Amino acid sequence: MSGKIMEIDDDSFDNEVLKSDVPVMVDFWAPWCGPCKAIGPIVAELAEVYGDKVKFAKVNVDENPLTPSKYGIRAIPTLIFFKNGESADKITGMVAKAKLENSIKGLL
Amino acid sequence: MSETDYDLVVIGAGPAGLCAGMYAARAKMNVLVLEKAAPGGQIIITDWIENYPGFPDGISGFDLGDKMLNQAKNLGVNIKTAEVLSMDVSREKKILNLDDGSISTKTIIIATGASPRKLNIGEEKFIGKGVSFCATCDAPFFKGKTVVAVGGGDTAVQESMYLTKFAEKVYLVHRRGELRATKILRERAFKNDKIEFIWDSVVSAMDGFFNVENVKIKNVKSGEEKTIKADGCFVWIGIIPNTGFVGDSLELDDQGFIVTDHTMATSVPGIFAAGDVRTTPLRQVTTAVSDGSVAVISAEHFIENNP
Repeated sequence: MSGKIMEIDDDSFDNEVLKSDVPVMVDFWAPWCGPCKAIGPIVAELAEVYGDKVKFAKVNVDENPLTPSKYGIRAIPTLIFFKNGESADKITGMVAKAKLENSIKGLL
Repeated sequence: MSETDYDLVVIGAGPAGLCAGMYAARAKMNVLVLEKAAPGGQIIITDWIENYPGFPDGISGFDLGDKMLNQAKNLGVNIKTAEVLSMDVSREKKILNLDDGSISTKTIIIATGASPRKLNIGEEKFIGKGVSFCATCDAPFFKGKTVVAVGGGDTAVQESMYLTKFAEKVYLVHRRGELRATKILRERAFKNDKIEFIWDSVVSAMDGFFNVENVKIKNVKSGEEKTIKADGCFVWIGIIPNTGFVGDSLELDDQGFIVTDHTMATSVPGIFAAGDVRTTPLRQVTTAVSDGSVAVISAEHFIENNP
């Protein structure tokens, strides 16, 4: 799933997400979270399709406590969809691929 | 029987569905397994499984699900990400309408499982803000905090104990005066000094500015209400079957589970059900994989007898 999904940390978040020219989907995850690992392949499938219009990124919440806390994250997986530096949409928990795809389309 | 895309379509890729896929692939059936979200089923949010044979020290639910998925893939099972929206069924041919087109099949095994039951007290707005159904996902966000857990079955008790690895205090609220959980889990929970039991009670409301701050608990016998300051509320009050797409095409029990006979046959010839989604006295990984394998044999018989 690497290649098209960028690893982002607390330091790079501003530049890569908030100042991005294109919309960004950020996947907040952790290695101990089963559903986070499970949602990975679905995100990867969507990155294949929408990767040229939307930036796909992920943040490991274990290693980067500041960004999840800033966005009030208390559950993972949480996906936040950013447009022009603002959070436009948010999905928490395991969802169907179609729902994820709708949120991505909403960014375009 | 008329021409179809598949001999068998299995809906759902939890333990029942993956096992069905394996048996069908080994029987050289033309099989497709559909999964709307992620393969693995409910076990991928289960911290630890100690009663599935073959793992003497237990295994994490995610790892067990992952192993089943890999085993299915190694046996050549085709797994597609799609949601079934509805179905049109006759004895000869079954059409499944997916979110990305339609497919036809001779037989169907419904293994869509179940989802956590909600409290229905307006807690939805706090999902991801303190309300959770998955301790293995969210417990680490409650390090040193106070949380309320709801339920009295195996899941509630086991996951509450997992919560105590992080939370300072876990109030376990149960609507009855005793736990339904299995004895070994009950005994462990009673020994855990971070868990305080609140008997004969339900969570009646919760509030908070952004995240959960207060959880209101009502004693169902006395009617008395009290408020606990808590940062989270984990809900394990049972499951509801994932049978929305079935409509009224199959016989369901009064809780919406699919009624089958001992061959996993539903009320419609050629449609079978396996795992948590069907009416059954026990819902475990062991029973799910058993159902899945029986259902495949029944599907094979159906095809042989309806050429």
